[in-house]
Amino acid sequence: MLEVQGVVKSFDDFLAVNEASLRVQKGEIVAVIGPNGAGKTTLFNLITGILPRDRGKILFQGEDIGGLPPFEVCKRGIGRSFQIVNVFPRLTVFENVQVAVLSHQKKSNILLRPAKSQAVVETRSLLESVGLADKAREIVGSLSHGDQKVLEIAIALGNEPELLILDEPTAGMSPEETFANIELIKGLARTRGLTILFCEHDMDIVFSISRSIMVMHQGRTLIQGTPEEVRNHPEVQAAYLGGSE
Amino acid sequence: MNHPTKKTYPLNSIWPLAGILVVLLLLPPFVPRFFIYILGLIYVTSLLAMSLNLLVGYGGMYQFHHAVFYGVGAYTVALMLTKTSLPLWAGFVAGPIVAAAIGWVIGWFCVRLTRLYFGMLQISLGSLLWAIVYRWYKFTGGDDGIHGIPMPAFLSSLNQSYYFIVTVLGVSLVFLYLILKSPFGSTLQAIRDNPQRCEAVGINVRRHQLRAIVLGTFFAGIAGVLFVVLEKSVFPDLLFWTLSLEIFIMCLLGGWFTFGGPILGAAITIALRTFVGKYTEYWTLILGIILILLIFFLPEGVMGYFVEKFRGKKGSEGGIS
Repeated sequence: MLEVQGVVKSFDDFLAVNEASLRVQKGEIVAVIGPNGAGKTTLFNLITGILPRDRGKILFQGEDIGGLPPFEVCKRGIGRSFQIVNVFPRLTVFENVQVAVLSHQKKSNILLRPAKSQAVVETRSLLESVGLADKAREIVGSLSHGDQKVLEIAIALGNEPELLILDEPTAGMSPEETFANIELIKGLARTRGLTILFCEHDMDIVFSISRSIMVMHQGRTLIQGTPEEVRNHPEVQAAYLGGSE
Repeated sequence: MNHPTKKTYPLNSIWPLAGILVVLLLLPPFVPRFFIYILGLIYVTSLLAMSLNLLVGYGGMYQFHHAVFYGVGAYTVALMLTKTSLPLWAGFVAGPIVAAAIGWVIGWFCVRLTRLYFGMLQISLGSLLWAIVYRWYKFTGGDDGIHGIPMPAFLSSLNQSYYFIVTVLGVSLVFLYLILKSPFGSTLQAIRDNPQRCEAVGINVRRHQLRAIVLGTFFAGIAGVLFVVLEKSVFPDLLFWTLSLEIFIMCLLGGWFTFGGPILGAAITIALRTFVGKYTEYWTLILGIILILLIFFLPEGVMGYFVEKFRGKKGSEGGIS
């Protein structure tokens, strides 16, 4: 479904992503791991068009989406959530998700009909599926961090993506919130038939839910394989899982 | 004039305005001419300030030189009525359309830049238009402007112009309100709060902003037409940057996250200029002091303060861009 081949991105002299490669097949849950600064977020930004790549190919369902702006990438069927909560703080929970649903239904340009009557059913059912329905009318700025992270995912789902990219979906969450959020993501993947690409620091989570794991180190892809293969890879053990100290 | 909204909208913010408009329509027989003129000027300026607020308050764009489109609307009508034999309505329709067309051209460049750079480019391109109007004596009358623009009988007296202005203002307010409450309007506000996230959910941010600019400049053009109806003359000051600054202040003063705020801002500013300006040239000093107090005590503007329901804290104003 998604195939990243030898992608390179540098900021001035610093090579943030250096010949990274990644393969995501339909229906899989794929994790990207690596130490801080390995280039995981940059890689996600390259895939979703927030940053232009210098070189390499990014194929999504056979099409090279490399040079496309973010909104075009989104329209192709890739949704994403952000590592740092990135929502609309002045709007309500409902409105936050509705913006995405309206965009997906190509209703963002309706001028003289009230927004209140548009995309309501879809937005509400989405909020129910992530458990935010009872907070629909609250201003997002006043939500807890955990709820905002869930809202992140709900906004990304508003476009009914086929591939959902989650950048550290549990960052800054308490252990209970983390557990609930992971259950939520697994459930969404199952019920919606989503393909998920995510990055995460918590190795227990990564190894328990991913079908395939890609390890990044200093912008390069060390290996992509099953959890078992990754665990036994000598370079990964040395570089990342802390084998030799 | 507000019937179409009756059933589908919560009218909490448009009813009081509509009520006030009706009262204002009844005023002319009882009020001295001078006040009718001042009120007319307040309405025209209110519409201008609200069209700006669509872009500044709701769109989060630094539309620093909005008066240009007001001037373009006014000059379009004035030139068509004095230099061609086209009917009146053609001029009235052309004013806003030409303003919106120029808005589109200038906006097309500006939306490619962010924040302050947007505003700086706007000021330069707008000032260019001002300079053309100011210098092109043969066509625009240069710094003399154009005076004594002929109006048909139904708009010739002050009271008649007043009725016309109130009516057009009322209709425009209804449309502005509908636009703000529409999916277009809520998407615009989402872009204001977080353009990057909007891109990530599939919104073409630049195109959406450009459409908002076209709408905003269209309404500025309407205000320009109304100015000609009221004043029967045009002059280059209509496109000068000080007027742009003034209407920007009106938005801040009244409250730029409220629908009616700019009206209040326009009323306060024009009243100050008229009544305090009579005693001292330094009325802007008072405006300045009011502004300073405002920034400290009512950062959401006068209307914003009273309409507490305007929810939430201001959050991260700088945002991403």
